[in-house]
Amino acid sequence: MSTHVEEISGHGPGIPTFAKVWAALLAMTAIEVFLAYMQTPMMIMLTVLLGLSVIKAALIIAYFMHLKFERLSLFLTLFPMLIFCIVLMLIFLGDAYRIPMMRPPV
Amino acid sequence: MSTHVTTAATGSLWEGGRSPYLTNSKKFGMWLFIISDSLTFSAMLFAYTYSRVSNPDWPTPFHFSPSIIFSSVMTFALLTSSLTMVMAVHSMNRGNRAAAARWLLATMAAGATFVGLHLTEWMNLINHEHITAFGNEWGVPQFGGTFFAITGLHMTHVVIGLIYLGVICQAVMRGKFKAEDVEVAGLYWHFVDLVWMFVFPLVYLMSARV
Repeated sequence: MSTHVEEISGHGPGIPTFAKVWAALLAMTAIEVFLAYMQTPMMIMLTVLLGLSVIKAALIIAYFMHLKFERLSLFLTLFPMLIFCIVLMLIFLGDAYRIPMMRPPV
Repeated sequence: MSTHVTTAATGSLWEGGRSPYLTNSKKFGMWLFIISDSLTFSAMLFAYTYSRVSNPDWPTPFHFSPSIIFSSVMTFALLTSSLTMVMAVHSMNRGNRAAAARWLLATMAAGATFVGLHLTEWMNLINHEHITAFGNEWGVPQFGGTFFAITGLHMTHVVIGLIYLGVICQAVMRGKFKAEDVEVAGLYWHFVDLVWMFVFPLVYLMSARV
């Protein structure tokens, strides 16, 4: 047993909030699996899956990773740069669409 | 550790001598690592997307049973491990080390379940669908290359997380380490969960076959 007094941080969400976030994440995953089972058309599927993934990621970051309860400056230091870099990668995606048309016929 | 408490002094937080983020350096360091690791995974998922778009014959090897059911259970295990990790941090913040250690062990059990199921799923793909990192029946080797690289790197993160949590857990049991150390380990563990929230839909569900 520890004899020293632990630091106690009182702020932040409680157990009911964590349970709700967990249930929401599971529900969104269930919707995703259901869409896959229904063989939803590719573009609708991709749009919905990406949308749900971003919402799930936001929930995990905000509540489980506690970022919602940190200073705004921490969020502003970390995330705009990350999103900008990810968007930059997408510049190349147009090339991928052209590649199938550039292949010589077999 | 109360060096970062703000004083009522005038002036900006950014003038030096104080932590502008009001967080300890370990946590900030872990956040920086997480951001850089997110870029690694983003680049790999982008490579997957690029290969997929440029290959119209992209394989769809994941039968609903067993692959999608397996990976859904894996997702459940990982999401639940995040909840138990949050509970470990919560217990530790309240000074209850015994409970924190139990929650950490539960987190590790869920993580180990994930790795076990994932390896089973890999073996199923290799033995029954004849997909390796270098080729498959669809004639699109990029599938195996990107699939095994992404899921393999993710699994490596889970295994490292298990070791990390094991170290934290035994220290918590012996009365060492502080609440912030458990919280930093939690950040890493949630990040591993976060990555899977993109890998599971993009890699598994988009290639599902009923």
